[in-house]
Amino acid sequence: MIHFILLFSRQGKLRLQKWYTTLPDKEKKKIVREIVQIILSRNQKTSSFVDWKDLKLVYKRYASLYFCCAIEDQDNELLTLEVVHRYVELLDRYFGNVCELDIIFNFEKAYFILDEFIIGGEVQETSKRSAVKAIEDSDMLQETVEEYMNKPAF
Amino acid sequence: MALKMVKGSIDRMFDKNLQDLVRGIRNHKEDEAKYISQCIDEIKQELKQDNIAVKANAVCKLTYLQMLGYDISWAAFNIIEVMSASKFTFKRIGYLAASQCFHEGTDVIMLTTNQIRKDLSSPNQYDTGVALTGLSCFVTPDLARDLANDIMTLMSHTKPYIRKKAVLIMYKVFLKYPESLRPAFPRLKEKLEDPDPGVQSAAVNVICELARRNPKNYLSLAPLFFKLMTSSTNNWVLIKIIKLFGALTPLEPRLGKKLIEPLTNLIHSTSAMSLLYECVNTVIAVLISLSSGMPNHSASIQLCVQKLRILIEDSDQNLKYLGLLAMSKILKTHPKSVQSHKDLILQCLDDKDESIRLRALDLLYGMVSKKNLMEIVKKLMIHVDKAEGTTYRDELLTKIIDICSQSNYQYITNFEWYISILVELTRLEGTRHGHLIAAQMLDVAIRVKAIRKFAVSQMAMLLDNAHLIASNTQRNGICEVLYAAAWICGEFSEHLEEANQTLEAMLRPKVTTLPGHIQAVYVQNMVKLYASILQQKEQAGEKEAAQEITQLMIERLPQFVQSADLEVQERASCILQLIKYIQKLQIKEVPVAEEVIALFAGELNPVAPKAQKKVPVPEGLDLDAWINEPPSDSESEEEKPKTIFHDEEQRHSRHRQPEIDEEELARRREARKQEQANNPFYIKSSPSPQKRYQDTPGVEHIPVVQIDLSVPLKVPGMPMSDQYVKLEEERRHKQKLEKDKKKKKQKKEKRGKHHRHNSLHTESEEDIAPAHHVDIITEEMPENALPSDEDDKDPNDPYKALDIDLDKPLADSEKLPVQRHRNVETPKSPDAEAPLEEKKSKKPKKKEKKHKEKERDKGKKKEKEKKMVEEEEEKKKSSKHKKKKHKKEKEEKSKDKKKSKKKSRQSEEEPAGSVQNGTLDDEPLPPMSSYRLLAENPYIKMTYDIQGNLQHDSQVTVSVIFENKSTSFLKSMELNVLDSLNTKMLRPEGSSVHDGIPVPFQLPPGISNEAQFVFTLQSIVMAQKLKGTLSFIVKNDEGSTHEKVDFKLHFSCASYLITTPCYSDAFAKLLESGDLHMSSIKVDGISISFQHLLAKICFHHHFSVVERVDSCASMYSRSIQGHHVCLLVKKGENSVSIDGKCSDSTLLSNLLDEMKETLSKC
Repeated sequence: MIHFILLFSRQGKLRLQKWYTTLPDKEKKKIVREIVQIILSRNQKTSSFVDWKDLKLVYKRYASLYFCCAIEDQDNELLTLEVVHRYVELLDRYFGNVCELDIIFNFEKAYFILDEFIIGGEVQETSKRSAVKAIEDSDMLQETVEEYMNKPAF
Repeated sequence: MALKMVKGSIDRMFDKNLQDLVRGIRNHKEDEAKYISQCIDEIKQELKQDNIAVKANAVCKLTYLQMLGYDISWAAFNIIEVMSASKFTFKRIGYLAASQCFHEGTDVIMLTTNQIRKDLSSPNQYDTGVALTGLSCFVTPDLARDLANDIMTLMSHTKPYIRKKAVLIMYKVFLKYPESLRPAFPRLKEKLEDPDPGVQSAAVNVICELARRNPKNYLSLAPLFFKLMTSSTNNWVLIKIIKLFGALTPLEPRLGKKLIEPLTNLIHSTSAMSLLYECVNTVIAVLISLSSGMPNHSASIQLCVQKLRILIEDSDQNLKYLGLLAMSKILKTHPKSVQSHKDLILQCLDDKDESIRLRALDLLYGMVSKKNLMEIVKKLMIHVDKAEGTTYRDELLTKIIDICSQSNYQYITNFEWYISILVELTRLEGTRHGHLIAAQMLDVAIRVKAIRKFAVSQMAMLLDNAHLIASNTQRNGICEVLYAAAWICGEFSEHLEEANQTLEAMLRPKVTTLPGHIQAVYVQNMVKLYASILQQKEQAGEKEAAQEITQLMIERLPQFVQSADLEVQERASCILQLIKYIQKLQIKEVPVAEEVIALFAGELNPVAPKAQKKVPVPEGLDLDAWINEPPSDSESEEEKPKTIFHDEEQRHSRHRQPEIDEEELARRREARKQEQANNPFYIKSSPSPQKRYQDTPGVEHIPVVQIDLSVPLKVPGMPMSDQYVKLEEERRHKQKLEKDKKKKKQKKEKRGKHHRHNSLHTESEEDIAPAHHVDIITEEMPENALPSDEDDKDPNDPYKALDIDLDKPLADSEKLPVQRHRNVETPKSPDAEAPLEEKKSKKPKKKEKKHKEKERDKGKKKEKEKKMVEEEEEKKKSSKHKKKKHKKEKEEKSKDKKKSKKKSRQSEEEPAGSVQNGTLDDEPLPPMSSYRLLAENPYIKMTYDIQGNLQHDSQVTVSVIFENKSTSFLKSMELNVLDSLNTKMLRPEGSSVHDGIPVPFQLPPGISNEAQFVFTLQSIVMAQKLKGTLSFIVKNDEGSTHEKVDFKLHFSCASYLITTPCYSDAFAKLLESGDLHMSSIKVDGISISFQHLLAKICFHHHFSVVERVDSCASMYSRSIQGHHVCLLVKKGENSVSIDGKCSDSTLLSNLLDEMKETLSKC
């Protein structure tokens, strides 16, 4: 099971965090700080796996953004790398050549995409097509907040 | 109204949306904090508006800020508001915010239950989906219990989109509410064969997770999974299934045999590295479980090792890392096959990546043999010298020690070499592992008798060069080795060649800069050394030399007597006295050496770490029996004031003991100084230590100027371990030659039949004989040691709760809880609902009925939803008016609600739960029940409890437990109460005041059940009594009779109070405000402990402890109508006084009267 997923920039700024175990905010902040520090201090040439407490961190850097998952001892690291890659592909498909700014400005969308792909720390949809379709369908239901706000309220 | 709307829309024009916020933050890089606090103020304004779109926008922005690390827990209630929006757009944002910031400590999470339930049953699949996703992040045990049934229903939803989500959520539900596993499992199993591959893979995921924790319960699913494995082409699913088999095979070796073939096929065929890696891992697990007795599987091991070698040789660091990781698993069972890749692994030690080097180090541990140990350690020593960064170097150090000491020094053929390695390691700078090296030195010196002479000489050298080790403050970790060195030199001093020199080294003034515990060992072992020197000299008849050495001791020991460390001081002064005494005897020419040496006679043998545990209990000894009967409770301190007094005096005198000692010590020290001053043999200590050096002759006392070199100095005279490697090689070569000679002779006899075989054998490690006979003394064990010592399992394993037998048929009691009201809001619900529940729990498996029930359930749900929505609207309205004032209160209320709800559920099992913020001792509390007897007759027993209702300030809920005591069936129970002006029972609309309320269930013989009734009240300041009657029909074989029982329902004032936590500062403010009335009582003859007393007040009178200091406590509670009640409880010797303050004097005096009654019963 994936315990949490973090996206952060090379400067250590958190861009997205998803926790599949419930923890108090304070604890989360501490963990994020610790992990960001561990990973940023690692050499580019090193492996993508770090043992951290009783979990394993699996991370990969895409352009300026680090994607980091914390998995359990028995989980498959390579599979987790594939999960990360698949998520990047999904983002790419949704935003069209995704970049860090897309995620910053549409962070809620990035979350929604992640939620369609992973739930409770487990991969729920292995097919790219169905995942993207689910996101697009639910987007159809949603008129953007701006549209709604531009309508007169009375 | 119109104006407000216009204003609202104008406001909105200035609203920021998320993009604006993000942009703003990026534009205010310098004063980000200020900008954000300004944004948060804006958001707070937006949250106050009615427009849900504005609110959702605000919550969306908050979610972003939460990610940046800002606390948004204050907006939890607004998040719930947005979650309950009807539009998907907003709902989605609400759930996202909730999933980001809710956790088990979030109070308002309780309020979401109904909203989530509503969303789960929404006709729109995306509503359901978003609710499920959110739930997966913040599900609590309470939510899991309440919603388990709804989620289980969704597992059979028509849309696969929902099904797969529901299946995955179920795992979270199981973790939080393990009781749900058995009822839900059959359906989960069904999903393994779902037509939709997504659902199927979800089910595989969940079962895989479950099975990894408790594999034995899932063995029966193996055939099904085997089928899936051979048919599935989806790598994601395959990996999970293979992982699952990895967990199952250790329990069922036959399964393993079956698996080997398909797995090796996969290994050969797949191109996906993740799948390959998983297969290799599982094959390893299978082979481990099959044990080594299966020669025909060596092919698969070879295949795995080969594949891993390819991974390790890959340029991708990730594959390299994982290859090494998997290799270390094989190593445990098949070390031979890994050892052949030693070259590769040693090569990895030079890798740039530290994590890879560490993995390679792990592998080395298992790769050493007698033959290659020296060579490997030599390599590692080179790495130690090269290593940058202390962490990696420390890791290397521990690995070297691990490798050498593993399985009782099995691979060490030459202990001289090992000792010199250890000595070389002491040159490491800044290591934290000095104690490790020290422990090894001690262990080897004690357990390998033959090495002691060598060890002692090395240790003497270390002591002589102690300044090198102890000088650098950075190296303080390493000075631990001096501890070992001193002890070894002292204990085995008979092996010491130049004991005098060592003793002098130990007496150097520099030693006093060492840590106290090391100095203490120094002092103690000096005497051992001294004793052996004394003996030596006396035997040689060198009396003067003996006296000289005594004089030396007397001169130098005072520096330790002055030590700030108590242990050092004590030992030194003790020994100083001893030696002075010896000196007197020496002057009289009495031989003393024999007696002094007798002080340290006897050999110390190592004792096995578990020896104590294994001492068998002698027959007839009962360890659990009391030696002295424990004092009975009546003899407790509180009861007898005399005991307290007595006790105190005792304690006092005990306290004084050390003081006297101190005085005594000072006095004695003074006397000693006097004596020293008068003693002509005593060289008076001068105030400056420098001067003292000048006083004493001898080269060794010229203060040594330390040169602080960052480059580790080579300790002069220390042996280099390398030379041993060479020596060893030569020795082995010789051995081999000799053996070969013998072999040749044998060969001649055998005619070279097994030539190849034999030559292979000569290479094997068993034939390398150790350099000298090493007798490792085994650790001592008590006689008749018990053979078994099983390691206890960790009782705190969170997954242990899921260790549930799934093959047992479901019992009725295990049905998942179906939705039901916990608080009766209108009297309608109990009679409409409860009978349904009854039927359900009795006949759970009749499908038609279930269906009907579902329909009715739905109807109910809608009704409830309406209610909830209404309620919420009401809340919103009220909050609009008094938001500012009551915001905090509201939050508090919700807290209360949660707590009181919890309490009402746990009230019987956990009475102490209500003492929240007092300091609680661990003393067990006596069981308490808040249920009081209402009425009893031969047929029925009724007990009741009254709880204040949080939503309504004029309602209380009376829970009545009906217990059928007879052997007959009780039915048509009807409860009626004679209303008073103040207190009325809430009846269904349209019924008259004389109508009773039917009890919503029937009672079979011996069964009890609980029903709740709501009462409305006007005033709560006085206790109330209501007369009532319960009528019922008794039905048995002989027919049915109509019976009734009268009762009096007592509403105590305490039942209007709601346990409310209060912080001490708020409490102090309340007391200061001055608008509280005061009253007090005193009760005599209290014998229970103060803690029990507080627990009683908390439990029976619904108070919470604000602060507790010794035998004084402040407590707080609030009535349902908002009266504050503050108490100050003080405990005297056998009395208790309670001062109360309350906004209503009548309420207070009534409350205190009730309390008096409770306490007088104690």
